[in-house]
This record gives sequence, structure tokens and C-alpha cells, in this order.
Amino acid sequence: MSEVIALTDIRRVFTMGDQQFEALKGVSYSVNAGEFVAIMGASGSGKSTCMNILGCLDLPTSGQYLLDGLDVGAMNTNQLADIRNKKLGFVFQGFNLLARTPAVENVELPLVYAGLHSKERREKALAAMQQVGLAGKENNHPSQLSGGQQQRVAIARALVNNPAVILADEPTGNLDSTTTAEIMSLFSTLNKQGITIIMVTHEHDVAAYAGRQITFRDGNIIGDTK
Amino acid sequence: MDFLQTVKIALRALRTNKMRSFLTMLGIIIGIASVIAMMAVGSGASYVISQQIASIGSNIILVIPGSTTSGGLRTGSGGAQTLTSDDVKAIMSECPSVELAAGTVRSSGQVVYGNMNWSTVIMGGGPELFEIREWGIANGRGITQQDVDGAIKVCLLGQTVADNLFGSADPVGNIVRIKKIPFTVIGVLERKGQSPQGTDQDDTIFVPLRTAQRNLVRSQRTNNVGALIVKAKSEDLLTKAEEEINSLLNQRHRITGGKEPDFSTRNLSEILAVAEQSSKAMSLLLGAVASISLIVGGIGIMNIMLVSVTERTREIGIRMAIGAKKNDILLQFMTEAVLLTMLGGLIGIALGAGGAMVVSRMLEWPTLISFQSISIAFVFSGAVGIFFGFYPARKAAGLNPIDALRYE
Ligand SMILES: Nc1ncnc2c1ncn2[C@@H]1O[C@H](COP(=O)(O)OP(=O)(O)OP(=O)(O)O)[C@@H](O)[C@H]1O
Ligand SMILES: [Mg+2]
Repeated sequence: MSEVIALTDIRRVFTMGDQQFEALKGVSYSVNAGEFVAIMGASGSGKSTCMNILGCLDLPTSGQYLLDGLDVGAMNTNQLADIRNKKLGFVFQGFNLLARTPAVENVELPLVYAGLHSKERREKALAAMQQVGLAGKENNHPSQLSGGQQQRVAIARALVNNPAVILADEPTGNLDSTTTAEIMSLFSTLNKQGITIIMVTHEHDVAAYAGRQITFRDGNIIGDTK
Repeated sequence: MDFLQTVKIALRALRTNKMRSFLTMLGIIIGIASVIAMMAVGSGASYVISQQIASIGSNIILVIPGSTTSGGLRTGSGGAQTLTSDDVKAIMSECPSVELAAGTVRSSGQVVYGNMNWSTVIMGGGPELFEIREWGIANGRGITQQDVDGAIKVCLLGQTVADNLFGSADPVGNIVRIKKIPFTVIGVLERKGQSPQGTDQDDTIFVPLRTAQRNLVRSQRTNNVGALIVKAKSEDLLTKAEEEINSLLNQRHRITGGKEPDFSTRNLSEILAVAEQSSKAMSLLLGAVASISLIVGGIGIMNIMLVSVTERTREIGIRMAIGAKKNDILLQFMTEAVLLTMLGGLIGIALGAGGAMVVSRMLEWPTLISFQSISIAFVFSGAVGIFFGFYPARKAAGLNPIDALRYE
């Protein structure tokens, strides 16, 4: 199995005025293609900070991050945007869909920035919506969808550009238990189809869907079980 | 990212806040509309002026008698009777740049036909006068050289005079009394309209020059003329002809050294230059009005775009997380600003053109809406969008994706 993600001694220091805070204190781990990883840990332990670095939204203060063999630390903002577009898919706790925009256009969005033509975009977006079980809801605006459906749209959007990894920060945080189960089984299905998923969660039963659990505490990894 | 998609996104954003978009555009709409309307009315005005100037005739030089000092009292320009028919002949034969010259005399008085009477200007002139002024006959015949030589008592009516004395009847062949002297009407002139000075050129009655000199004006010598009207051979020769006339008349009138000439010349290009100058001042004023209203409108656009960027911080974060580059975001907000101003520009152009049409309908004043003024207005409104949209767009593009995503 090839390594999709390789973190080596990642540190992230936040500076606020003359105060410094080290949110990540030398984190190292790697994720192979096809893995489903759950990241656990108390609030403030650095999970989201680490996810932001994985998602190329933030750069580590020191350490090396290889994504699909590419050294992210050496890239400029345009290259990072490109990486986010082509290699990563994001699923957020708060869905983060564009309001007043039909579901299918939300799903198309990464393809817009990838420069695809509208016909190709529409085909891929419809296929992704089919994959997450949202056929028929293409023209609904986010406000006309349930929370679970909105998260499915977000997952379809994360899937549509065939990313190397899907990053999900507390994807079920805003959902009730039934919907959580639905979304998690969707993630399991996608993972069985070969998609690599890294997911942050607070709940053990949600983490149980993943094949591997990494636990954070105070900016360090204290557990990594398969 | 293709441009069409950018435009689509921008249009959706504008549609989301229809009322706000419209109010924001209002500044641009008003600015562009007033510029278009004023330019239309202004160019209509300069068209009227150029028509009036053209109605005098082309390549014209006027020679008018100078002021004279009699008993310590200086009369105004044109008060003296210093020009004669011999001067006219001399100019014709000795000035190579002159094509035609005509002497005129001018008086005013009552013209009576039956029980109708009309106070009007009485001009004496020969056939050259009508040739120089490019003034045709509508009805009947014109004044001939024989009429002049024989001092025949015939007259030509301007349209206004004909209308007032004869109504719809045909004046030709009838007898009118000018200053109590009977004249036979031989014809009616074509309508000429207003002069650049605003007088009705058709409110004139013409009689042969010598008839007028003998019967209608009081003068020391019967071959005195009031003013000369001269046509140069071409526009290029206008100044040359004027110089030739000046030196010839100086010589003939024995004006030497410090002696003040007893005549003066004026050519039409001077009048044109004045008209041009005033239209230049007008467009300068228009430019000032336009730039002020567009700057005010532009500041409104900038203000609303800044609000919009703040409101949509989260959207910007989402787009960036999904792969939008800084330039994509910059372009998106610029497009929005430019669409806003261009849309405002288009509405302004329509309103301005409509307003100009209403003005021209109400005042019976021609308005010209040139393609040039429309395209300038359009390009300008776009430029305002680019200029005032840049700062907010750059602010949007400079956002940090993590902060933007977390923004509530
Ligand atoms: N931009 C920032 N500036 C300063 N400190 C920050 C910043 N972002 C995060 N931190 C700090 O880093 C630590 C880790 O934050 P992080 O968001 O990674 O926690 P988390 O594990 O995701 O917590 P939760 O489970 O509540 O989401 C926190 O103490 C937080 O205060
Ligand atoms: Mg977190």
C-alpha cells in the first residue's frame, strides 16, 4: 500500500502578541491509501489544527508533510489551492454549502475551479450525487434539505474531483444519532470503494466505523490503534 | 475557471440583493443619465448653431463701416457711411482671393399691403447678395442686374413678411408700399430660419440696391453702401482675402500711419471659433459633472462591495478550501463590481436618451445621441467598477481560508 500522507515531526506554534502557544508538538504519522482513520482527543488537543495542515489550509511551523509524495511545505499559495482542489476533499461539521445555490452546483464547485467545461461538470456532479444517495435532489437549495442531506451534498462535493484523501472534521457533530449512522455507513461504503478518509470525532461509536484510531492529547499523539 | 461561470456567479450574487444592487447602481445611473442627456442636448445645440452659421453662407467675410467721430460724438461701429459701391467693384476686380462681393444697404420701416401692415427690415442688394448667401427663390423671380441698374421699384419678400402681409395668398405681382412708395412684388425667398444672433432672417424685404440707395435711405451720396458681404474663393483663402480687402480699402480710404480705419472686417471662422470655444467650455463643464457623479457613485459601489465581502467571508473561505485561487476570488468580486456599474451605465444610457428625447419633444430642440457618447459612457461606467471594485476585491482575495471558514 502506498503512503498518501506522511507527517514527520509537525509542529505548529501560534503567536498572539508576545504569547506563544504550541498547538502541535511534533506529530508524526502516515496514512496509506484506502485507510479510514478516526482522530480522537479532548477539546483543544490540536485535532483541527492538524486537519488544517493536512488540508493545506495552514502550514506547519516546522516539520515535513508529504501529500501523495509531494512536499507541501515548499509550495506557494496557488499551488496549495491547486492541491486542495485536486487531491483533497473537505467535509465540515457545519456543512459549509453555498446558500441560495442548487445542490448540484454546490457539488460542481471544485470542478469549476479545476477548469472543467459545464457539460463535464454536470455529468460528474450528478454521478457523485447518485453515489451519496441524493439523486432527485439536484435542484434543491441547501435550505430545502435536511441536515443529513446537506452533509451528503458536502460529501458529494468532496468526492467529485476524485481526491486522494477526504478530510472530515467532526462531520456528524451537527447530526442526530440516526442521521449520524446513515452518514457513517456512507463513509464506510465509500472507504470500501477505495477512498482514503481521515475523520475527526469526539464519539467512540463514530470512531468505531474507522479501521484505525489516532488519539491526540495536548498536541501530541498518545495512541494509534488499528 | 471560465469567465462565463464568473459572470454567472456575480449575477447570482447581485440578484440575491436586488434592492441593494439597484440602490447601489443609482449613483452611476444618475451620473451616466445626466451625462448622456446633457451631451445629447449640447450636441443638439451646437448642431443648431452650426446650421445657423451655415445659413449665412460659406466662406463669408463681412466688411462694416467703422465708427466715425462727428462733432466729438463717436457713433458705434457701422454708424458711418464710409463704404461705397465703388469699393465693392474694386474688391471684385483687385482682390484675387475674392470670388464675389456685394454691397448692401439696410433700413427699416412699414410695409403696407391693402389694409395689412408690417414693420420689417428693408435690405437693398443685387443678385450677388443672394448668390453669396446661397439664398434661393421659393416663388417668382429674384432681383436682377437690370433691376439694380435701372433702380426699378420691385421687391422680394422674406417668408415671414409674405406670411404676415399675404397669409396664404400668392404675393407675386401685387403692389406693396414700402415707406409709402409703391413696389411690385417679384418673388418670395426660401425660408432661412434664425441667424446665429437669434434674429429671424426671413423677416426682411429685399429691394434692388440702387432703388434702396435712391429712395429708402438718407445718405450724403447715393452710391454709399452700409455693409459689404464678400465670399472668398475657398475656406483656405479666407484669411488671405481678408488681408487683401484690408490693404485695398486702407489704400482707397487713405488710411496710413496711426490713423484709425473707417471700416472693419469680420470673417465667419472667427464666429465659428467663438462657437467652438463655448462648446468646449460646455463639454468641460459636462466632464466635471460626469466625473463628480461617477466618483460619488463609485464610492457607493466600493462601500457596498466592502459590506458584501464581509458578509460573504464564509463563502470566500469555502471557495478557497475547495480550490479557488486568490485571483479567482479577486476576479469574482471585480466582475461583480463591474457588472454593477455597467448595468447602471446601461440603465443610465437608456434613461439619459429617453430624457433627451423628452427634452427635444418639449422644447422642439434637436438632440443628437451619438454612438460615441454612448460608448464613452459605457466604457467609463466599466472603468468606475474596475477602479472602485479593486480594493474590496483585493481584500476578499487576501483573506486567510481558515479564518474565513471560521467566520460567523
Ligand atoms: N489561530 C489560532 N490562534 C491561536 N491559538 C489557536 C489558533 N487555532 C487554534 N489555537 C489553539 O490551539 C489549540 C488546539 O486547537 P484545535 O482547534 O486544534 O483543537 P481541537 O482539538 O480541534 O478541539 P475541538 O475538539 O474543540 O475542536 C487550542 O488550545 C486553541 O486555542
Ligand atoms: Mg476542532
